[in-house]
Amino acid sequence: MIVGIGIGLIVFLAAAFLRSSPPTVDFTAGHTPGQPVDMTLQTVGSIGFGAHPTWVSYLTLAPDGKWVHTTLWDLPAHTRINVTIDQYDGGGPLRNQVLGLVQGTIGNDMTVDGKTMTMINSNATTAAIPNGVAHTFTIPTLGINVPLLANSNSASLCAVAPCTFASPHNIVKFSFMTPGPGEYPWQCFLPCGLGFLYGNGGPMQSVGYMDGFLKVVS
Amino acid sequence: MSADASSTGGGGAPSPPAAAGEPRHFQRILTIWIVISVVGDLLFAFFVGPHVPPGRMSDTATSDSVDFTVLFLIALPVLVGVWVYMGYALITWRASRPGVPEPVGGPQARGNLRVQVIWMVTTTVVVMALFVFGTVELYVTAGSGGGEGPNPLWTPTSATVLPVQVIAQQWRFTYRYPTFGGFETPDLVLPVDTTIEFHVTSLDVIHDFWAYQIGVKADANPDYDNIAFTTTKQLGVFTVRCAELCGIWHGAMYDYGRILSKSQFETWATTTETQLAPLTKLLPAFAYTYTPDANGADGGYYPDTKDPYSNVEQYGATTPST
Repeated sequence: MIVGIGIGLIVFLAAAFLRSSPPTVDFTAGHTPGQPVDMTLQTVGSIGFGAHPTWVSYLTLAPDGKWVHTTLWDLPAHTRINVTIDQYDGGGPLRNQVLGLVQGTIGNDMTVDGKTMTMINSNATTAAIPNGVAHTFTIPTLGINVPLLANSNSASLCAVAPCTFASPHNIVKFSFMTPGPGEYPWQCFLPCGLGFLYGNGGPMQSVGYMDGFLKVVS
Repeated sequence: MSADASSTGGGGAPSPPAAAGEPRHFQRILTIWIVISVVGDLLFAFFVGPHVPPGRMSDTATSDSVDFTVLFLIALPVLVGVWVYMGYALITWRASRPGVPEPVGGPQARGNLRVQVIWMVTTTVVVMALFVFGTVELYVTAGSGGGEGPNPLWTPTSATVLPVQVIAQQWRFTYRYPTFGGFETPDLVLPVDTTIEFHVTSLDVIHDFWAYQIGVKADANPDYDNIAFTTTKQLGVFTVRCAELCGIWHGAMYDYGRILSKSQFETWATTTETQLAPLTKLLPAFAYTYTPDANGADGGYYPDTKDPYSNVEQYGATTPST
């Protein structure tokens, strides 16, 4: 009997773990059709809490003004989404420079700290590009790719989220249009899972960290 | 196949003669088998055959469809033969039927040399015919769209071939066009009525490039140039999927390719080459394989010049600029 209870407990915990999921931030509540939606995210080199405090992660600013550790969003269909990403992480060269090109956004460009950019040469070290690319915001099925300019690794980078503007950061802004209803996976395409094979394990394969879903609803 | 009650028994020993009034079972079974097989094959050939996937967008896809159809047309009579015999035996010779002797220990239960010989000869002929047919089909369509490795056995006869490099990485495909300056793009666009030489490789783990409706499927391995050929035949859109479990986002690793007219393709390619020129300058020189930096985050990928397996010049393309 004790063995049976133990097995049942293990099965229950395993099922609970597998069913666990980050919360979804709803950007559809109160949305007026035709009006754009503003969405603010941040990227941090180490989340600083939870089961994997050293993992790199995205966070989402919920409409109530609180930072939520999630990469799942409900967005209205056929709507302009104005995205702001506060980028707090360091970086380096891209494995594939193709991902340095801004694609699929309105105007095929972005602004970084107010300056318009269409591409980041991640191999260059200039005043404008001090340390290559930190991450990307990529929705493959929508053809959207936005490289996020990295901060200098020598800077005192934020290591516990949510970060504030007191830490070194870049502010990346761009807009895109949501398609019809559906679930669209998105992810960072810079292999930033330090310590994992090809950098693509850990946070790169975990919803809530460097990948998630746009749940577009009508 | 035969269930003739007067047939030779196991080991060639003569069987007891058929009882007077015994139906000619073999002829019955043969007749049923022929009728069902012919009707089934005709129905399949005319109503299903034209719709057999993957379709007719390329010569390899067409070949695949024809192959599937031929295989079905051959397999159906075999299947029908087994089922008809089984059904006939269940109905005619079931033990509960009046006048039917208990089969256990009877001559018919000991086997039938003629039936065994016919069965083995027939199935051997079928299998050998399929072997020859399959080999010819691989040859005439230059590998039938499968990855042939860096040194293809079956190559196309076209005077010119468009090389397109497929670069897989977790979790998307990008494509390089060496004859257009080596630009790289997430968009796979091909001209119609053109033989394509896919060079499939990977920057990280093992993937598989499966362009379904054009009948191309080739493994994408790091440091390996896997070549596959096809000749496009129809305008349209086709699906590209990764067919090798490659991580959590394997299921999201898909996109759509397009087949355009030759003039539309030329326009697209030259326009894209111009648009992406600033990006192309930042890419590594075109190579058939690349060596990615595997040390965790970031890093680059570099031309792997250790073993350039083949040359684009072989198919009339210009040498990519380095």
